[in-house]
Amino acid sequence: MRRLTPYLLALPSWMWLAIFLVVPMVAMASVSLQTGNAIDGFAMTFSFSNYGDAIGRYSTQLVRSLFYGAMATAAMLVIGYPVAYWIAFKGGRRKSVYLFLILLPFFVSFVLRTISWNFLLADNGILFGTLKDWGLLPDDFHVLATTFAVVGGLTYNFLPFMILPIYVSLERVDPRVVEAAQDLYATRTGAFRRVVLPLSLPGVFAGVLMTFVPATADPINAAILGGTSNTMIGNIIQTEYLTNLNYPTASALSFTLMAVLLVGIFIYARALGTENVLEAAAR
Amino acid sequence: MNPRLRTRRDAFRIAGFSAAGLALAACGVQGQKAAPPKADAVQDFWSKQTKHGKVVFANWPEYMPEDQAPLKKFQQATGISYEYKEVIQENAEFFGKSEPVLRAGQSLGYDIIVMTNGIQLQNMLQLGYVLPLDHSKLPNFAANAGQKYKERSYDPGNKYTIPYTSGVTGIAYNTEHVKEDITSIQSLFDPKYKGRVGMMADAQEIGNFGMFALGIDPEKSTEADWRKAGDKLKEQRDAGLVRKYYDQSYIDAVSKGDVWLTMAWSGDVFQRQLAGEPVKFVVPEEGGTIWTDNMLIPKGAANPVDALMLMDYLYQPAVAAELDEFIQYVTPVPAVQDLLREKAKTAKGEDKKALEDMVDSPLMFPTEADYAKLRGYTPLTSQTQQVFNPIFQSITQA
Repeated sequence: MRRLTPYLLALPSWMWLAIFLVVPMVAMASVSLQTGNAIDGFAMTFSFSNYGDAIGRYSTQLVRSLFYGAMATAAMLVIGYPVAYWIAFKGGRRKSVYLFLILLPFFVSFVLRTISWNFLLADNGILFGTLKDWGLLPDDFHVLATTFAVVGGLTYNFLPFMILPIYVSLERVDPRVVEAAQDLYATRTGAFRRVVLPLSLPGVFAGVLMTFVPATADPINAAILGGTSNTMIGNIIQTEYLTNLNYPTASALSFTLMAVLLVGIFIYARALGTENVLEAAAR
Repeated sequence: MNPRLRTRRDAFRIAGFSAAGLALAACGVQGQKAAPPKADAVQDFWSKQTKHGKVVFANWPEYMPEDQAPLKKFQQATGISYEYKEVIQENAEFFGKSEPVLRAGQSLGYDIIVMTNGIQLQNMLQLGYVLPLDHSKLPNFAANAGQKYKERSYDPGNKYTIPYTSGVTGIAYNTEHVKEDITSIQSLFDPKYKGRVGMMADAQEIGNFGMFALGIDPEKSTEADWRKAGDKLKEQRDAGLVRKYYDQSYIDAVSKGDVWLTMAWSGDVFQRQLAGEPVKFVVPEEGGTIWTDNMLIPKGAANPVDALMLMDYLYQPAVAAELDEFIQYVTPVPAVQDLLREKAKTAKGEDKKALEDMVDSPLMFPTEADYAKLRGYTPLTSQTQQVFNPIFQSITQA
């Protein structure tokens, strides 16, 4: 019995994975190889060509999504790292207040927050309308319906997911380690570059993982803030599932996106030299 | 390496692969195409149903006065309690979410839903997801619905649906920015409005306007026509004329001036005009689209008799008038115009003005000449959808 105990304890998580991950994935994989339509039904034909067709038709949007996801992630890193650093080392007693403030926007729905940007950034809205009235901006200046708006929206929406893991890993850096580095004649930047930064890399890794994936797959920002050439792969998958009821193409696209993201993350993990991806992400 | 171990490992591997293969093959999505029910089967079904004293109505936002007065009166008159839910934002999304539930033979939890006469409604009908109506229980509909609303090509004889409200797709423009009178669809293709034109993302809506621009009647169009319309819209897009392909949000964009002119739905614009915003609506001389949002009872509804009673109740002219005064789209009950005119006579101040505007508005009460310019959506089957949708989606989702 004692030998079985660990397995019994693990059972709930295995069941969870089996029911909510494996079963849907197998079902989706199955659908991605079928042909037919919603009215007459779909039949399993093992048509791997679904993948070729879907990627061929939507390669532009797929590449664009990865590019937007990467740009937003880079922007989040640039903004998020200093914020996390500041809270971790200079936050003092108010650390939890600052963290709460960062999470505060999350009490409002994702979609609503994105729509609010629509109001703020309107061509003749509070911000640009005023600037245009003062003659500081040309009349046809606009931010909405541009790539900048979409990437900006993604950056805004996922930023806390970048800040929090970096904060956690920085928080764990013992200040005495930094002192020790300085005792050994490291400059402040030197100590940061050679001691703090490497120690926070697992947090950076987790942050990138937690933001790049959802940002790349997100359909909301492009729909609300984008223009005519900002469609992302999430929008396509949504349309194929819900409007066209073209389940095979939608499933094939989902799997393709997942595969590309996994490969991307794997390469990133190798480049970062993280020994064990799971360990780093879990820390 | 121990050879015995390897064979065992291989056996596991083969077993794993074949299990995966079996699992893959087993997860099919069954078709549900249904044969039309026989007349006596319909009668048989309805004869077995009884009133339950409860009805759940799923509708679109801003389709019912906030105090829900018409529904309250229905409850008083019949003793049937109601639940009213504004859960439908978009036909495609609503259908996409409902389809797997209905396919599994489960109930959506709604007794009445409202759907536009587009692709999704046709799919619902083809898949047999809609209960055929018992017209012997719809006397108000028979007596008060306008003739046009009894002759709809997408549901001959109102076998499955009766209209809730109709509306027109035309052009809205912001009068602060556009100084000329817009009359033609060609304005949407005019280079001087570069980057200031809004088009709709819906394949049928935008497809229709592409066809109107070329003088094609969408109701009679062919695949070649769709391609021509697609090319025309692609030119418009590539020239940078279109700011964005909109869903519902076009109305904010045009009233704020983000776009100057856009495809638009009549009722939205009418509501904004009453709110004093500088927007104007026109039905282009080349044509506009008329669509109808229809009430229907989905398969598996728990209270079909109560649903039918509510649907019929809404066809009393007084109730229809109260609804239309709020919704400000085209009502399927022609008597409403006279009722509102009467009401305007006794009303005072701003109310009087608003009522008079409504009664005289061709957007709420189109004339015969207006109707002559209006066309329905292109009729599509499950096969032709797969040609039609990609043509226009490749423009709106490039």
